[in-house]
Order: sequence, then C-alpha cells, then structure tokens
Amino acid sequence: MERDRRSTQDSISISVSAVAAAIQKMSRVRVVDNSSLGNTPYHRPPRVIHVYTKNGVGKVGDKVLLAIKGQKKKALIVGNKMPGDRMNPRFDSNNVVLIEENGNPTGTRIKVPIPTHLRQLEGGDYSKVLAIASSFV
Amino acid sequence: MAACAKGLDKCIILLRSCRNVQFQSERFLSTSMWRQADSEPPKFVPPSKPVIIDKTQTLASLRKFLSPEFIPPQERTSPLKFSIERKDMIRRRKVLNIPEFYVGSILAVTMADPNASGKINRFVGICIQRSGKGLGATFVLRNIINNQGVEICYELYSPRIQKIEVLKLEKRLDENLMYLRDALPEYSTVDPEMKPVPFSPTGEVPFNKMKVRMRPKPWSKRWERPKFNIQGIRFDLCMTPKQMEFVQKFAQPWLEYDMLKEYDTSKLEEKILTEVQQEISK
Repeated sequence: MERDRRSTQDSISISVSAVAAAIQKMSRVRVVDNSSLGNTPYHRPPRVIHVYTKNGVGKVGDKVLLAIKGQKKKALIVGNKMPGDRMNPRFDSNNVVLIEENGNPTGTRIKVPIPTHLRQLEGGDYSKVLAIASSFV
Repeated sequence: MAACAKGLDKCIILLRSCRNVQFQSERFLSTSMWRQADSEPPKFVPPSKPVIIDKTQTLASLRKFLSPEFIPPQERTSPLKFSIERKDMIRRRKVLNIPEFYVGSILAVTMADPNASGKINRFVGICIQRSGKGLGATFVLRNIINNQGVEICYELYSPRIQKIEVLKLEKRLDENLMYLRDALPEYSTVDPEMKPVPFSPTGEVPFNKMKVRMRPKPWSKRWERPKFNIQGIRFDLCMTPKQMEFVQKFAQPWLEYDMLKEYDTSKLEEKILTEVQQEISK
C-alpha cells in the first residue's frame, strides 16, 4: 500500500475521505437550498459536527448540526452518496437543506431533485421542506 | 308500407339513372379504357390499404437474445435453485415485457411509488451496470437532473416495476460504465422527455464507439489500471505516456491462463434459451 501511494505521486496527491460513506461527524456536505447562508462563498466547506441519531450515522431524513461560515446551524439530509435500498436514488453528493430550530426551512427553494422516500420517513414533520422542493426523483 | 315501397322504387330508379350518367361520363372522359370497357365491364379493384408505420413505437426484438441473468454463475450452488428461479422469472416475463437492452442503452422505467404524487415514478437514464443472476438481477440507471447526478438501482423482477421502455438501444465499448461518475457531466445527461429512437428488430445492435473525457483526478476508482480494462476513456488527455507505461506494472497477464476460472457458457446458453422460448410461448 505504501509503495502504491508513493508510485502514484506523479498524479495529484490529495487526501480523500472514505468513498460513498454515509454522513457522520466531520463530513463535508453540499447545501442545496437558496438560503444566503449556504450559498455565499466561504473558504471552509460546511461540515457536520453532530448527527442526531443514536448510532451517529446520518442517512436521508436525519437531522444534523452543521458548522457553516463559523456558525452552528441545523440541517436536514436530503440526499446520500452512499447507495441505500434498491429502487431508491443515490446522489453524487451529500445534500442537506438548512432548517431553523422549529423545523422550518431557511431557504425558499430547493434546486436539486429530492428522493420521494423522504415522505414516508418518520421522526419529524418535514412537509415545509417537501413543499419547497422543485422536483422529486 | 306501400308508400315506403314506392319511395324505394323511386330511389332505385334514381340510383340507376345516376349510374348510367356516371358510366356515360366515364366513357366520354376515358379513352384508354375504351376497348376494355366495350368488351366487359371494368372489374372493381379495391384501393390498396395505406400502411401506416408508427416509427415512435419500438418493435419487439426478433434477434436471438438471452438476458444475462438467466445464465447461472460458476459456483457450487445446486442447479435446482436456478431452474426454480428461472421458472419464476419466466412467469414474471409473461406479465411484464422486459425488453432486450445492454449497458449503454437509454431506458425509461416506470415504477409504483407509494410516496410519489400520482403513485407513479418515471425515471429516464443511461444503463451503466447490469448485475446479479436469477430473480435478484439488477440494473443501474444514471442521469443528471438540475446539475445533480442521480443513480437508481432497479431490480429487474421487482413487482413494483410497471414498465421498462428502451428509448435508445446501443452498446458501448465497456461492459460496465461506472466510470461515467467521474466523467464530464455531458456524457451521462439524458433528456427526461426523450422520444424513443427507432431501431431495427433484426441484425446487429448499434455499437457506439464513443470515448469519454474525464474530470481531473482523483477519481472514485483508478480506472486506468489494467484490471478494469476500460476502452471507453480518453486516457491520452489525462495521463502522460510515462504514467500510461507505469500503470502496466499492475497487469496480471497470467490470469487468462487460469483454467479454474474458465467458464464456457455457450452450450448452457443455448439450452437455457430454447427452454425459455418454449416456456414463454406456452
């Protein structure tokens, strides 16, 4: 393995986190709504600093706490890179939507498709998040 | 009654006179038919029926094709398991039309979704992988919607699937197109409103020899390694000749001489194909 890494040094050497893993602490995520907090450029990508589940692993429909632009903000996971069950979509990035403390979304529009099985998931009423989605897949 | 009969009589007379007039006028007008018409009355020739070919409707394929999930894998599992599964697969195929398709074809899948509006979900995408044998066979569709890559892994024999349409039938250079995840987005973008492209039900399957350009490294896998044996990537754009030469170090050319890994399915394929065709036509 060591030799392997040294040998590919002529390609770009960059550290990449585990491929296709679910969301856990320190995962970088992509904010997909049109809130100003999530869309203004910042030198540090938004990171998950806590996952509100019992096992600490976040999937679609789970709430997380983000460190975004030096603030703490709650968010809802709306897309995973990790493949889940058959017939459910897998996305190319880990998508989140910023939500307030009471569960209302911060933005007014979601730009990317949202998985439909978010509707059946329990553990919170996200009808306001679903209402601002532009398309479902 | 009497009035009716009278009316009928009048009608018939009128019709006859009409016919006479027509016949006369025909005679006056047509000169070439003069002699023929003189000897015997012209025979009625029904006009040929216009044949309307609906090019949007894709025909069922006529070529000999066995879906790859029918071929059992090389392992020590009892063949009985696969024969029972085959029976179930044929029963499902009698209800649902599963068309012939390959990795690289563009498909549209309609499935029942209790969470979607209208309880139906339709997804269009390029097939990037077919895997699994028997009833659990799956295929993966990929598309880019609103600049977001989306992949769905469908079970071919799932009861949730309502319809599988082939929008464009073609083969690509590779058996597995997972590298489209690391390619430029234009290669996996498909229009969701796409109309089916007509294809010939016989002859060779169209072969698309397109090579894709990749995003800069790092990729999700090292596609340049010989174990993937990928033909469909423009490696010359993203790697120097020195790197290309270096990667050949990982080749394992002795594996093709491994006789334990030999698995000739041609005879098995023919046997299963005849069995499947017989069962389906029953």
